[in-house]
Amino acid sequence: MKPAPFRYIAASSLDHALSLKAEHGDDARFLAGGQSLIPAMNFRLARPAVLIDINSLTEIAGVTGSPGSEIRIGAVTRYRALERDDDFLKGCPLFADALPHIAHPAIRNRGTIGGNLSHADPASELPAVALAMQARLRVRSVRGERALTASEFFVGLLTTAVETDEMLTEIILPPPQPRSGSCFMEIARRRGDFALAGVAAVITLDQERRCAAVRLALCGVGDTPVDASAAAACLLGQPCNDQTIAEVAAAVRETVTPSGSVHASAAYQRHIAGVLVGRALKTAHERIGHAA
Amino acid sequence: MPPDHHEISVTVNGTAYRGRVEARMLLSDFLRHDLRLAGTHVGCEHGVCGACTVLLDGVPVRSCLMLAVQADGHEFMTIEGLAPDAERLHPVQQAMHNHHGLQCGYCTPGILMTMTAFLKENPSPSEDEVREALSGNLCRCTGYQNIVGAVLDAALTMRTSS
Amino acid sequence: MTTRYFGAPVRRNEDKRLLTGQALFIDDIELPGMLYAAFLRSQVAHARIRHIDVSRALQREGVVAVYTAADLGAYWQAGPLLVPAPPIPGLVFNARTQVPLAKDKVRHAGEPLAVVIAESRYIAEDALEDILVELEALSVIVDLEAALKTAAAPVHDDLGSNVASHARQIKGDYRSAVAKAALVLKRRFHYEHGISSPIETRGVVAQWDARGRQMTIWDTTQAPVFVRNGLAAILGLGERQVRVIAPFVGGGFGPKIMMFYPEEVTLPWIAMRLNRPIKWIEDRFEHFFATTHERGQIHDAEIALDDEGRILGVKDVFLHDTGAYNPYGLTVPLNSQCTLLGPYVIPAYDSTFTAVFTNLPIVTPYRGAGRQHGVFVIERLLDLAAHELKIDPIEIRRRNLIPPDAFPYKNEIIYQDFQPLEYDSGNYAPVLDKALAAIGYDAFVGHEQPRLRAEGRCVGIGVACYVEGTGIGPYEGAKVQVQTNGKVSVATGVGTQGQGHFTSFAQIVADELGVDVRDIDIVTGDTDQFYWGAGTFASRGAVVAGNAVSAASQAVRRKALKLAAEAFECSEADLVVADGKVSITGIPEKFIRLGELAQRANPMRGAVIPGTEPGLESTQYFGPAKGATANGVHAAIIEVDPETFELKILKYVVVHDCGTVINPLILEGQIHGGVAQGIGNAFFEKLTFDEQGQLQNASLADYLLPTALDVPRMELDHTVTPSPLNPLGTKGAGEAGAIPVGAVFAEAIEDALGLKDKKIELNEIPLSPSRLFELIGGGRT
Repeated sequence: MKPAPFRYIAASSLDHALSLKAEHGDDARFLAGGQSLIPAMNFRLARPAVLIDINSLTEIAGVTGSPGSEIRIGAVTRYRALERDDDFLKGCPLFADALPHIAHPAIRNRGTIGGNLSHADPASELPAVALAMQARLRVRSVRGERALTASEFFVGLLTTAVETDEMLTEIILPPPQPRSGSCFMEIARRRGDFALAGVAAVITLDQERRCAAVRLALCGVGDTPVDASAAAACLLGQPCNDQTIAEVAAAVRETVTPSGSVHASAAYQRHIAGVLVGRALKTAHERIGHAA
Repeated sequence: MPPDHHEISVTVNGTAYRGRVEARMLLSDFLRHDLRLAGTHVGCEHGVCGACTVLLDGVPVRSCLMLAVQADGHEFMTIEGLAPDAERLHPVQQAMHNHHGLQCGYCTPGILMTMTAFLKENPSPSEDEVREALSGNLCRCTGYQNIVGAVLDAALTMRTSS
Repeated sequence: MTTRYFGAPVRRNEDKRLLTGQALFIDDIELPGMLYAAFLRSQVAHARIRHIDVSRALQREGVVAVYTAADLGAYWQAGPLLVPAPPIPGLVFNARTQVPLAKDKVRHAGEPLAVVIAESRYIAEDALEDILVELEALSVIVDLEAALKTAAAPVHDDLGSNVASHARQIKGDYRSAVAKAALVLKRRFHYEHGISSPIETRGVVAQWDARGRQMTIWDTTQAPVFVRNGLAAILGLGERQVRVIAPFVGGGFGPKIMMFYPEEVTLPWIAMRLNRPIKWIEDRFEHFFATTHERGQIHDAEIALDDEGRILGVKDVFLHDTGAYNPYGLTVPLNSQCTLLGPYVIPAYDSTFTAVFTNLPIVTPYRGAGRQHGVFVIERLLDLAAHELKIDPIEIRRRNLIPPDAFPYKNEIIYQDFQPLEYDSGNYAPVLDKALAAIGYDAFVGHEQPRLRAEGRCVGIGVACYVEGTGIGPYEGAKVQVQTNGKVSVATGVGTQGQGHFTSFAQIVADELGVDVRDIDIVTGDTDQFYWGAGTFASRGAVVAGNAVSAASQAVRRKALKLAAEAFECSEADLVVADGKVSITGIPEKFIRLGELAQRANPMRGAVIPGTEPGLESTQYFGPAKGATANGVHAAIIEVDPETFELKILKYVVVHDCGTVINPLILEGQIHGGVAQGIGNAFFEKLTFDEQGQLQNASLADYLLPTALDVPRMELDHTVTPSPLNPLGTKGAGEAGAIPVGAVFAEAIEDALGLKDKKIELNEIPLSPSRLFELIGGGRT
């Protein structure tokens, strides 16, 4: 399974990469970790005429910010770097939960967060995490720069709002709220496989330990990651217990429209989405410290 | 379009090589057929089976998911570079022999590269941790049991000898 | 022979090469001037070929040649029938074998239409896209029952139907069994086995030496001798002009013994035409179509029992998917038919199968080779009958086991070796007892399970018994030769795919000749090194080749003793063979090294005595009269998450009897690997074809092989009931691990979820969390 021919250019800077993309448009693809793109090219499902290698662009790699503040992640930051950054994991515990589910270490040693989000596989974990955390996604082109919310970013199956000449350069995560707990869980057929359903949940309590805010995003159950926070509205102002959580699970089960696959029926996906919402909310709640 | 060729310099197992590769040549093919280091095996060319795993700057990667041209300027270790010399085996290789951790041997190089790197970062793993680290390498012959035993044994050997 | 190595867990001779990346696998072969092949494969499962235009491909730079069926001329012919029709009375058998390149019609997605030869595989794949194919689509046959109803567009036009074969085998009188029965239980079962998916795919390298008129073919085959014979015949060459070499092969499991695959047949022909070596390496995507499968059967089975659960008879009518062609005859459904009888006394048996052509890839044996299907049916019938009769599922099995004094046990019906099915030896109850003890059956059922249930956990236990026919003929041979340096060389016609032949055969020789096991080199799979043989399949390598190696070693030992006795002018009885020497008992300083004896056996002067041969060597053959029957029991404790239906295997036990064991380390490895494949079959691996015969999950991302997190630690034990059919007393063991796992899973999951009480039965394999959810009609929330 050999890829079709292409021209390879190693970008020497971000500006170089962007001007190349502006020049070649849809004929060109950015090559970051390559862990999604190269398999697609080996199957000849992707056949870019030009490959712009952005792996050496250290200007858009790395994590800045500290726990308690806004965190900025360069798009070409490898999963490997994230999972070894204890400060980052402490500040973004959803990532701590989600990263081990992404494929396997050899893939995570190359793959990048920017590549993952740009690929926008709806069964992938980080798009749901980005949605749950209300990440902002900065994209740049020779024309300038703009920031998108996660829901603006993921528009369809394997499709983002990134324009032909743009590149995702940075992921910005807002600082966590006090009295918050989060949890990411998924069910896959084997460890590291794409999720049959996955849930990223964040609960914030008020001073009476009732739910003040809840963020809920799912992967694997739609064409894009699904923001189900509205379905969790019944939790607002309520204490989080088995009953109130079960209501959210039932509401989410009603709203998601998974399509089924060779691995699972749509009915099963819908069912486990509900189960996972229940389990993730419960764990997120348990993780909220008692120093409120 | 005319083929796009690039000059590359790579170091593999301590030896420097220069090559001229077409842009689309996979690193796995470059290692195996240009450098004649055929110990790295190809099982799927989509990154799932792990047979092609090599160390890039010390870190396991799937050589079927990298282009040879991306290897320029980097250092690799492949299975041919794992044993300290022609007479001795790396402790993980020796343990695999002792425990009958290989049958056809086709997935074995990828597993050895993966697990030696794993033990470097995690010298005292539990069985569950070993199985998790191994779960990205598919083996169709052994059922994994003896590989797990070998890795745990090698970990012990390396801890006690260091 | 004095045993030092035989039976010992000797570490493998072949390991160092494999561990250091120095072993030769097919894609490692680099030859000057080598060209690379890529096959254009049909994307449509059933169509008439109107036109193939290769002109654009020929114009691509780097393309040397492109061939279609028309170019092969008289060389184009359907492959041989590898396994003929068995001698079953009333048999219907329509042989239709595969062709080198499709002509007139394609019959399954992936069937090759053309082959491109280019300077690199990259360019060859580019050129595939240049080829224009005009196909007239025909309706596609995928469903077995529909295949028998539809005569509209049969897979083979000249047949008028999709019946590949119809066979009925009868033992005793089932109707009178039913008349006497307290219970007749009838069910439909669906069993699908999957693909072998070894980590190394297939490959062929062909090199023609035009001046020397010698063809060398490297091939990932499990049957180099048969391939040599067949290819020589169709190439119009003498057998001695063709050398087939099976290098190290990265897993076989059955489909690599399918022979005269299109690629094996076309590559040598092309090599002769172009006078350059040609290499074809199957890529993983191709493997899903180009290498044979096992697939599914539908059984409508019934069992008649008395009120104590004793089986009076079994009747089974089943459909077997044979795919688009049936070159391997009826091996798979025959195995299903015969293995259903299991280790049980079944006085009456009426089994009918129809093998059905479908527009899907060819079905040939894959580890278990149809036994899985039969075992699933009988074990499920017994479990269900036990429940109905309110008899413990272990007790019902115990009551039906063939008693130890009943061997050889005649089951009468024709088996895959074309003999009436006969079990050579066996002692089944102790195997069951050991398995129950190892799994802690009584403690689990009596205490642990109730305790876990009280905690809300769903944990169940499953036990399955099986027999495995092994070690069939026709024969294998071995040449054992002591070299003048004292080391021993062994050649045999079987190949190696990882089962340790370099060691197990060496162990046999080592004991016989008193040589260190590491001083014995084994050559397998090279037809120039050994001319005769069949191959590694049907769990026969160790049994058949092993016995040949043993016979040859003994012959060499006798020669050595004779020579030494002459040299010492003493009686052979006074000599001992050990440590690479022959010495006089009690006088160790009077010795001759084996190497020296080898030298003396090849005189430079004088004469070789008439009636003897030069050299310290011998070639011997072994052909068992019939297959030997191994047996075993698997037991597992499995926990099921009642909300998500994910499962976790808490404990897995295998107790196995394969007669005399050559190397317990290698045997355990075979069991581990077989169980892992069984787990894949039971819960992970499902070929998902759509109605158009398109495989929806043709990648390792979506065809799910079990990983180290999916296969548990297993506990193994064994008993030894030697086979009377061969001098070593061995039975085969290669497939045992894979055979009963489906049945174990079904029973354990039913037990875990209390399904029998809910009148829900798991009568199909593979299962999955999603499928369990569907069958149970929604989970607990």
